[in-house]
Amino acid sequence: MGKNLHPLVMIALVAVVTLFGRVLPTWTLSLATIAASNALIALGIVVLARTGNVSFGQGLFFAAGGYGVALIANAWGLTDAVAQVIIGAVCGGLLGLVIGPLIARYSGIFFGMLTLALSMVFYGALVKSTALGGSDGFNVGRPSLFGMSFVDPREADFMLYAVSVIVTGFAGIAASILFRSEFGLASLAVRENNLRVEYLGISANRIISINFVIAAIFAGASGAFALMAQRHIDPQFAYWTTSGEFVFVAVLAGNQSVAAVFVASMALELVRSFSNLYLPNTWQLVLGVFLLSVILFLPRGIGSLWIRDRHSRKGTAVGAPAAPEKGAAL
Amino acid sequence: MNPVLSVRGLDKRFGAVVAADAVTIDIPAGQRISLIGANGAGKTTFVNMVTGYMKPDSGSIVLDGTDIGRRSPRSVARLGISRSFQIPQLFIELTAAENLTVAISGINARMLSFHSPAQAQDRHDKALELLGRFGLADVANRPISELAGGVRKLIDIAMALVRRPKLLLLDEPTSGVSAEEKFNTMDRVIHAVAPDAATIVFVEHDMEIVNRYGDRVVAFYQGRILADGEPADVLMDQEVRRYVTGGVR
Repeated sequence: MGKNLHPLVMIALVAVVTLFGRVLPTWTLSLATIAASNALIALGIVVLARTGNVSFGQGLFFAAGGYGVALIANAWGLTDAVAQVIIGAVCGGLLGLVIGPLIARYSGIFFGMLTLALSMVFYGALVKSTALGGSDGFNVGRPSLFGMSFVDPREADFMLYAVSVIVTGFAGIAASILFRSEFGLASLAVRENNLRVEYLGISANRIISINFVIAAIFAGASGAFALMAQRHIDPQFAYWTTSGEFVFVAVLAGNQSVAAVFVASMALELVRSFSNLYLPNTWQLVLGVFLLSVILFLPRGIGSLWIRDRHSRKGTAVGAPAAPEKGAAL
Repeated sequence: MNPVLSVRGLDKRFGAVVAADAVTIDIPAGQRISLIGANGAGKTTFVNMVTGYMKPDSGSIVLDGTDIGRRSPRSVARLGISRSFQIPQLFIELTAAENLTVAISGINARMLSFHSPAQAQDRHDKALELLGRFGLADVANRPISELAGGVRKLIDIAMALVRRPKLLLLDEPTSGVSAEEKFNTMDRVIHAVAPDAATIVFVEHDMEIVNRYGDRVVAFYQGRILADGEPADVLMDQEVRRYVTGGVR
C-alpha cells in the first residue's frame, strides 16, 4: 500500500475542493456534480471488488435510491438535499441488506451475472409499472438545503455541487479508513483465498455481505444525487448500460486508491463532454480509445500512477529453493 | 484421561473409492501423532473430515465432548482445531506479516474493526513474534509471492498456530523441503509450535521424520487403519512394511 493521507488532511482537501466550486464556471459545476455522484457509486464497486467480486448491477441500488427519494419527495414534499441523500442511502442499503447475504455465497462471474440479472429484473418491473411512470418515469421538484430554496440556477448548481463533493469526500475518507482497517485487510484476504479465511475462523460470506451493503449504500446515495441533478427519474437508472458506466469508472480507477476513483470519474466526464462537443458524430470512438489506452498503459488503473503496486516490488526469493510441490491437498 | 479428539467409525466414499473405512481413533492431549500411508490411503481425507472441509458419510468426530462431524471449517477452527496444508494456503499478494495479521484478526472474527488499523501495534508485534519463532522475522514485509516454498510452508504453520489450538493438524510439513533441510525445518516447527499446541497430528511420508518426531504412528491403507502404536512397533509391522513403507525404514 502506498502512503495514506491523514483523515484531517483529507477533510481539508474536501473543504478546498468545495470552496473551489465558487470560482468554477457554471457548466463545470454540473459536470463535477455528476462526476462526484458517479465516483461515489464507483467507490462502492471498488469496496466490493476488494473481496474479489464485481457487481455488474449497481444500477439496481442506484435506481432504488433514486426512486425511493423521488417517491418520498413527491408524496411528502421533502426537498432537503441532505435528507434526500440519507433517504437514498437508506433505500440502497436496505435493498443491499436483503440481497447481499443471498448472493455472497457466489463468486466470480456467477456473482457478477446475478447482480446484473437482478438489476434487469428491477428495470423490467419499473418499465411495466404505470404507477411509477413506466418507461417515461416522472419529475421531482428542485432540491433545497436546510430550509433555503435556490432560485438562482448558479446558486442551485453550487449547492448541489457542494453537497455532492462533501458527501462523496466523506465517503472517500470513510473508505480509506476502511481499506486500512482490520476488516479491510480481511476483505483482501477473502479475495486471495476465501477457503483459508474460513479455516482461520472468519466468515468470508459475512465479509462479502458487509462490503456489498456498503456498496449498496453508496449506490443509493449516488442515485439521490443523480435525481437531484436531473430532477427526473426513469427506469434507465437500473439499465445495464448505466451499471456498465460505473464499472468503467471503477476499472479506470483500479482498486488501490480512493482518490483514483474521483480522478477517474472526473476524467471520464471531461473526455465524454469534450468529445461530445468537438466530435459529435464520433464521441463514442474517442471515449473507447481513452478507455483502451488506460487499460493498455495502466492495467492496474489510474491509481497505479501514484500508488506503488504490490506486484512491482522486486526481490529475489527468500530461503532455500523448494522442490516442486505435489497435487493440491484440497 | 479423556481424549482431545475421539473419532468413531468414520466412513467416507467417493463413488467406488473408499477414502475412510470405519476409522476409529482417540487422540489424547499432549501426543505427537504421525499419520502415514501411501498416496490415496485416506490420510488427507481424515484431516479434511476432522477440520470440517468434508462431511463423513457416517461416524462421529468429537472434540472435547462436542460433536464436530457436521460443522464447517470455520466453526471447527473456532472450537480449537487448526491445520496447515500440503500446499500452503496463503494470501499471495499480502506480506508475511499481513498474512499473520489476518490470522490474528480471526481470533475475534465476529468483532472485526472497521476503523482500527490492521497493522495496529499489538497485532503487528504478535505477528512478528510468531514469525520470529520460525526464524522468519526478516521476511515480515515481503509479499508471499516473493517467498520460496519452504518459507511459505512455515508461514502456513505459523498462521495455524495463532489460535493456540487444542489440536494442530499439519499436512506434510516437510514436503517440498530438501533432504538436507528437513530435520532443521522440523526442529523449527516443533520448537515454534511447542508453546501453543500441545497436541499435534502430522501427515508424513518421510519415515525418518516419523520415527524421530512421532510419539505414536497411525498407518492408513485403503481408508483403513492398518496399524496404530509406537513408531518402532508400527514401522516394523509386517503389513505396514508391505503396504506402506515398502520395507524401507
